[in-house]
Amino acid sequence: MSQTLFIEGGRVIDPANGVDGVRTVVVRDGVVAEVAERLERPRDARAIDARGRWVTPGFVDLHVHLREPGQEYKETVETGARAAVAGGFTAVCAMPNTRPVNDNASVTELVLARAAAAGLARVYPVGAISKGSEGQELAEYGELRAAGCVALSDDGRPVASSALMRRALEYARAFGLPLTVHEEDLALVGKGVMHEGPTSTRLGLGGIPAAAEDVMVLRDLALAELTGGRLHLAHLSTRGAVRAVREARARGLRVTAEVTPHHLALTDEAVAASGYSTDFKMNPPLRSAEDAAACLAGLADGTLDAIATDHAPHSPVEKDVEFDAAANGIVGLETAFPVCLELVRRGALTERRLVEALTCGPARAFGLPGGTLSRGVPADVAVLDPGAAWTVDPERLRSRSKNSPWKGKRLVGRCTITLVGGRIVHEEAAAAT
Amino acid sequence: MPLNAADIDQAVRRLGGEIADRARAAGVQRDLAIVAIRRGGVHLGQRLRRALTQALGAEPPFGTLDIALYRDDLAEKGAAPVIGPTDVRFPVDGKTLVLVDDVLYTGRTVRAALDEIVDFGRPRRVWLAVLVDRGGRELPVAADFVGARLEAAEGDDVQVRLVESGAAEDSVVVRRRGT
Amino acid sequence: MIGRHKHLLGLADLSREEILEVLDLAVSMKEVLRRPIKKVPSLRGRSVVNLFFESSTRTRSSFEIAAKVLSADALNWTASASSVTKGETLIDTARNLEAMRPDVLVIRHSAGGAPRLVADHVSCAVVSAGDGAHEHPSQGLLDCFTLREKIGTLEGKIVTIVGDVTHSRVARSDLNGMTRLGATVRLCGPPTMIPPGVEALGATVHHDLREAVRGAHAVIMLRIQHERIGDPLIPGTREYSKLWGLNARKAEEWLDEGCVILHPGPINRGVELAPEVADGPRSVILDQVENGVAVRMAILYLLAGGNAEETRA
Repeated sequence: MSQTLFIEGGRVIDPANGVDGVRTVVVRDGVVAEVAERLERPRDARAIDARGRWVTPGFVDLHVHLREPGQEYKETVETGARAAVAGGFTAVCAMPNTRPVNDNASVTELVLARAAAAGLARVYPVGAISKGSEGQELAEYGELRAAGCVALSDDGRPVASSALMRRALEYARAFGLPLTVHEEDLALVGKGVMHEGPTSTRLGLGGIPAAAEDVMVLRDLALAELTGGRLHLAHLSTRGAVRAVREARARGLRVTAEVTPHHLALTDEAVAASGYSTDFKMNPPLRSAEDAAACLAGLADGTLDAIATDHAPHSPVEKDVEFDAAANGIVGLETAFPVCLELVRRGALTERRLVEALTCGPARAFGLPGGTLSRGVPADVAVLDPGAAWTVDPERLRSRSKNSPWKGKRLVGRCTITLVGGRIVHEEAAAAT
Repeated sequence: MPLNAADIDQAVRRLGGEIADRARAAGVQRDLAIVAIRRGGVHLGQRLRRALTQALGAEPPFGTLDIALYRDDLAEKGAAPVIGPTDVRFPVDGKTLVLVDDVLYTGRTVRAALDEIVDFGRPRRVWLAVLVDRGGRELPVAADFVGARLEAAEGDDVQVRLVESGAAEDSVVVRRRGT
Repeated sequence: MIGRHKHLLGLADLSREEILEVLDLAVSMKEVLRRPIKKVPSLRGRSVVNLFFESSTRTRSSFEIAAKVLSADALNWTASASSVTKGETLIDTARNLEAMRPDVLVIRHSAGGAPRLVADHVSCAVVSAGDGAHEHPSQGLLDCFTLREKIGTLEGKIVTIVGDVTHSRVARSDLNGMTRLGATVRLCGPPTMIPPGVEALGATVHHDLREAVRGAHAVIMLRIQHERIGDPLIPGTREYSKLWGLNARKAEEWLDEGCVILHPGPINRGVELAPEVADGPRSVILDQVENGVAVRMAILYLLAGGNAEETRA
């Protein structure tokens, strides 16, 4: 039996319960026992001084790539889970594009076993939409669900066949599983490697038009309407996509969507400014300033339900090459909070909305437990210092891979303590550099 | 100042006479050509050409040489020296060339000029005519015709200023180091 | 130029003065090429390595000749297209070559930004001989040089570039260089071949060839690739040639008297340029080739000389 914890003096932000103010959070027997003002702490309880800090539900990330099984040199379930709790994330959804693809119970069970052994963040496996994610045949959703998958995805690839996408949405209804989809029309993408626009023209790099994402978003909204399936749109990046989701919602369609911190904070200009640095190459690509602003507005007004990092570790083998040849993706678990907090400082997002998009927003989208500090729920808690300034030192990142556009940059905002099930699984030293 | 306009005028005339005499003695007065080293030797070379024309009754061909691409100090100097055009339109083979420069100092410019000339062909002989020899040789180069000799220390700057280049009047000045 | 730039990766990085510096120097270099003995000792003892990942006989030979006229040693290294799956990465290849202590690495690669990547990992000077659709700076400079020779200063002149601008690094370098020298640049081609946002680089866009060349002082014709698999930009060369190709009649009726015609080569005779135009009186294509050596000599001279300064320090 773990010791009772009193997290005192912190500003508790729990949007699910409408709480935003200084409270004490009591953790007992691994659950949230109480959240109230001015509680008397018994002598045998441990105090955690959270003055000047925020105390929020642990963050829930709907979209991470843990690379295990198959590419452990980039990341493992354990190193990924460690990076997660360092960033304040107590639960992550692990995408199935591992090697082999998670289209069966064995891989699902492996991921769960590794996560349990690590004992850090909770890992919810996501199963494949199609066998091998090849886009031909449906995977066995019943088996995947029984094994522990919470959603389905062929992420990394779109579901190119409209017919397969339709059947997938229908079939998944029997299991209550949402489909989280990577939206791009491969024919329109062609050989593109960055957003198509004045910057790609200047750099002479192949462009990916925003329409490549828009046409698939529109297609899948129509299919969701047709089938009544649960559609979740992964890493949206264009104003067209945001607009389409907003309109669909207004019509009463059930659809959820996520956006990454980098699509909110960066634009395609960063590729030029960095001199073709592959730390700015990902899919979907960084878009125009208008697109980023539309995504930010969509997040602020609730059109987009969640912030999800799309944490995609890659080693120098994949990244220290010419831009055309580099793999897509950046790590993001450990930088998500300060990067998004900057948007709050800019006035584009409220603090409450930020926390909501990191906690109950994602949890609700996938129907996951967590994301709240309600009485009786497992104590997944993040204690954050919004004012802590630190420099992103690749050597000190917990992720095995260091492909981050914020390498060497100074960020403000850091997770200092993370609890999962009432246990402290992460603690940052008091004095942050 | 070491040389004034009258000194320079007299020196150029004397040089013209000496070159003409030597050419006649060698029987090559018809095979002379002047090659002026840019940029200091160009105007001087043209004056010498006029003097020789008068002395010989025939105008020798005239060319200019830019030695920047032949310098031996590219590694030290680093920054690209200003390169102007080399313009040698007459055949060089068999000619008696009169290489002209304003000041003879270390001898490196002349060495570069000689390297460049032989890339144009094989002259019969090359004479060197300078207005001022200030000593300080670093290579075994000697002028065949000298207008005036000057004592100058290392670090001093010896300048020939001519009206063709915009000076108010011809002069040779020595700027001592530190002034 | 040396003090400010260690490499030449694109004309977008150069100022007007720096471009003129190269062109002025190339004048002297061209004179050397007209001598009986085409050799000067300026880069004696220096070495220039051509690292070409895309095959190209003309550009590579041009750089090789330029190096040799300057008495530098030239080495050619032709690699098959770099790809991690084929073995050695780009950085590894460049580092291995660096072990031979070249003074200048001339690199051509199909990926935009590749010369920049190499420059960040080697200590010698890097010259881009073309990277993807990004830039081909020496071509841009030799085109500027040729134009200056033929039509005088580019200030206020109109230059029309015709062809697949989207995929053309020559077009981008020409655009960057010529606008810096004060020219007005027009781009002409089918809409599928004009990249988005190109007006921001300082050009106007036209789809009608006749309009585009009206009053132009120079026309630069780009090579059209016959097929682009999976993403056809034009129905075929027949229609392209009819609408955007230059034949003798159009040249006679649409071009001003003093207007010159350039082409970076190799020419698709009969597609973008009719043979009689390519060989005709307005064509300065062969001048471009000669000037290419002179301009590359100037580039190597400026970068190799500066390089020594660096090693001394």
